Amino acid sequence: MGSGFVTLFIVSLIIFAAIAVLPGDFAKVALGRSATPETVANFQRSLGLDRPVTERYVSWIGGALKGDLGLSFSSGSGTPRTVNGIIGPRLKNTLFLAALAALISVPVALLFGIIAAIRRNSWLDRSLNALTLVGISFPEFFVAYVLMLLLAVKLPIFYSLARITPGMGVVEIAERLALPVATLCFGIIAHMMRMTRAAIINLLSSPYIEMAKLKGTAPWIIILRHALPNAWAPISAVIAFNLAYLIVGVVVVEVVFVYPGIGQAMVDAVRSRDIPVVQGCALIFATAYILLNLLADVIAIATNPRLAHPR
Amino acid sequence: MKNEQGSQSGEALKGFTTSTRRQFIGWAGLLALGASLSPLDARAAQSAPRQGGSVRFAINDGTPADSFDPATWQSSYQQVIFGGTLCNALTELDATGAAVPDLAESFSSSADLKVWTFALRPGLKFHDGAAVTVNDVIESYRHHMGPASSSAAKAVVESIVDIRADGDRNVVFTLSGGNVDFPYLAADCHLVVMPAKAGGGIDWARGVATGPYSIEDNQPGIGVRMKRNPDYHKLGQPYFDKVEFVNIIDVAARTNALLTGEIDYMVDADIKTLKMLEQNPAIEISKVSGVRHFSFSMNTTVAPFDNPDVRMALKYAIDRDDIVNKAFLGNAKTANDNPVAPQIAFAINPLPVHSYNIEKAKEHLAKAGLTSLTVDLSVAETAFPNAIDAALLFKDHAAKAGIEINVVREADDGYWDNVWQHKPFVGVDWLGKPTCDSLFTTAYASGAPWNDTAWKNKRFDELLVKGRAESDKATRQKIYGEMQQILHDDGGALVLAYALFIDAMSKKIAHGPIGNMLQCDNFRMAERWWLA
Repeated sequence: MGSGFVTLFIVSLIIFAAIAVLPGDFAKVALGRSATPETVANFQRSLGLDRPVTERYVSWIGGALKGDLGLSFSSGSGTPRTVNGIIGPRLKNTLFLAALAALISVPVALLFGIIAAIRRNSWLDRSLNALTLVGISFPEFFVAYVLMLLLAVKLPIFYSLARITPGMGVVEIAERLALPVATLCFGIIAHMMRMTRAAIINLLSSPYIEMAKLKGTAPWIIILRHALPNAWAPISAVIAFNLAYLIVGVVVVEVVFVYPGIGQAMVDAVRSRDIPVVQGCALIFATAYILLNLLADVIAIATNPRLAHPR
Repeated sequence: MKNEQGSQSGEALKGFTTSTRRQFIGWAGLLALGASLSPLDARAAQSAPRQGGSVRFAINDGTPADSFDPATWQSSYQQVIFGGTLCNALTELDATGAAVPDLAESFSSSADLKVWTFALRPGLKFHDGAAVTVNDVIESYRHHMGPASSSAAKAVVESIVDIRADGDRNVVFTLSGGNVDFPYLAADCHLVVMPAKAGGGIDWARGVATGPYSIEDNQPGIGVRMKRNPDYHKLGQPYFDKVEFVNIIDVAARTNALLTGEIDYMVDADIKTLKMLEQNPAIEISKVSGVRHFSFSMNTTVAPFDNPDVRMALKYAIDRDDIVNKAFLGNAKTANDNPVAPQIAFAINPLPVHSYNIEKAKEHLAKAGLTSLTVDLSVAETAFPNAIDAALLFKDHAAKAGIEINVVREADDGYWDNVWQHKPFVGVDWLGKPTCDSLFTTAYASGAPWNDTAWKNKRFDELLVKGRAESDKATRQKIYGEMQQILHDDGGALVLAYALFIDAMSKKIAHGPIGNMLQCDNFRMAERWWLA
C-alpha cells in the first residue's frame, strides 16, 4: 500500500516533468497561426502559465490529492471547465468497455487455459494455442478493420461506429459494442490463456499432484481443487496486467470504432496541448496500473493455500 | 416511378434463367432504359429543395475542449458546426464567394469607405425567443477586440476604430482606413452574433444564437445534435428537420461509417482510396477547388534567394503537373505562382505561365552568375499533405537544371513555431482568404504578420493601399492585376497548387452549387442542402 503511494508520487513527478519539457506551447497551438506574441502572452497569463514550474506542480498535486485535477485550458473567462468534467464521462465509457471485454475474455481465457493444460500437447491444445497466438500477433487496428469489413460492411450484422447514447436499449448497446469488444478480446485472451496453462502444467509435476493422482482423483478435480488454488498468484498477476491494458491501451480501438473513451481524450488533449487534461489522464492511467497490481497481490496472498491453512 | 422500375428489374432477373437470347436482349434494353432514367430522376429531385428528414455529417477535428466561445474557434469542426450552423454573422459568403447580407438586411458605406452602416433585418430572434438588438451585435464584435483579446479574429477586427448604434436597427462601424472589402471581413465565421450580457460581453456558454439549427445535445469531441430553428430569418431554409454532426477523426472509420450508412456525409475523403469510393453507386464525391493553396516559400532577404534570377530559376525548375499527379494523385489544381485562386474577384492568370522549363531555369541561373546551385528545402508532413513527396519530386526536377535541392525533413511538432518563418526555404499550407486585399495584407505586404518570404515591394505596397480605398471595379481590376503580376514575377512564394476540398456523401443528399471559398459549402451545408 505504502509502496503504491510512493510509486504514484514518483509517477506524478515524471508526468509533470515530461510534460514541462514537451515542445510546443498550448497558447500558440490554441491560438493557431494567427497568434501574435501579444495575444500569446495575454493567454499565458490568463492560464497561469507564467508562474514557475515548482509552484504549478505543488498546486496541481495538492488538488489531485483531493480529487480535483484542476481546470482545462479550454476554460473561458467566467466559464470554468474542470478536467474531471472532461475526463469523467470518458473514463466511465472506457471502464464500461473494459469491463465488458474482461467479462468475456477472462472466463474464456481461464477455461481455454485449463482445457489446454488438461489436454496438453493434444491437437486441441495446439490449435487453441495457435488460434490465440494468431489473434495476438496481428496489430489491433488490423483485427478491428477485418472484423469491421466482414461483420459491418460485407455482412451488415453489427455497426462500424460504437457510438452509444443515453437511452439506448441493452440489445442495441451490445450490438454497437460487439466489434470493439471482440477486437480487445482477441488481443488479450492469448496472454492470459497461455499463462494459465503454463502455471497449471508447472504444478502438475509437483509431488502433491502425483499423490492426488495416485489416490485416483479425477483429472478435473485435481486441476480445480489441487492445482488451481496454487496457480492463482501468477494468473491474477497476468490478468491484472491485461485489465490495466484494457483501460490504458485501447486508444487504437477507440479511434477505429469512434468510441468516446479516455484514450481518445488524452490524444486529443496532447494534440491541442491541453496540459491539465493530459496530466489528469496520465495520473489516472498510473493509478489504474497500481491499483490493479495491488489487487493482484491481494488475490495472490488471499488465495495462497499455505496461508489459508496455517499449520 | 422508382418502385415500378424495381419490379421490372426483378421480373427481368427472374425471367433470365429461362429466357431465349432474344428475350434477354429485350430485357437488357429495358434495364438499360431504367438505368438511363434514374440519373434524370435524381437530377429532377436535386433541382427542387424540400423540407424534412434528418442528416448526419461527419467532421474530423473536434476535441473534448471545444466550446461555444467564438473567439476560440480554430478547427473546421467548430467553424462548420458552431460558426456555420448554430450562428450567423452580419454577412455571409454565398456559393459564388461573394459577401451577401445575412443578419444584416443591407449595408452601405461612406464615400471614403471608412464608415460602414449595417441595417439589421427586422424581427430577428435568438433560439430562446429573445429579440436580436443592435447592442448584441456591438458586444459580439467587442468580444474579439481590445488589447487583452486572444481571439482568433483579433486581426480581422483590428481596423475597427469605433462601433456604435444608430437607432435600434443600424450598426455603424468606423475603420482606421477605407476598406471596400469590409463586408467580406464581416462574414468571418468568428464574428457571429450572440446575446449580450447585462454588464457587457456576450453570453456564449448557453449555445444560443440565431442560426438555422439550435442545439439539442452537445457532447464536445463526440458530436452535436441539432434541430430546426422555426423562427429562422431565411425564407424556406433550413431544409432538414434535424442534423447531427459526428466527430470521426480516423479517415478509415469515416469511410466505413459512410459505407455502412451510419453517416450521410464525410469531410476529407482519403485520396488514396478515392477511386474505390467513386465506384460505389450510392455515394457522390464532391471535389471543390477552394482558395487553400500550397507553396514552397523562399525568404527573399537570405542568399541565394535575394537574387530575383535565382527565384525565377527555381520557379522554372519545378514540374508542378508532375507533383499534382504523383504527390496529390490528381486531387489538386496546378497553380502559377499566384496565391490568388481563380474564383476570387479580380484574379488573373499572370503571363508567362511558369511551367517546367529546364532551359529557362539554366538561363536565369546564368544571369545570376551561377552554373550550379545548392539549397536546403525544409518540409514536414504538416507543411501540407504529402509535402515530403512533393519536395522529393521537386528535387528530381531541379537536378536536371543543375540545381541541387537537399530535402530536409523537419519534425511535425512545432513546425509552424520553429521552421516556418525561421528557415529560408519551406513548404507552407495556406488556408487562403476570400479577397485579394485580405490575402495580400496578411501575407505579402511589407511587414505583414505572415509574410514568410520577407518580400518588400514598394509599388506593391502602394497599390495595396490604393486598391483598398477604391470602389471602381475597373480600376480595382487594374490594380489587383498589376499586383498579381508583380508577385508572380518577383515574389518569393513558389505557389504549387490549389487544394481541392474532397468530401464524400450519400446520394440521399441533394445540393446546389457548392461554395468554393471555405470547407463544407462555405461552412453552411446544413442550411443549404436538403434530402433528395
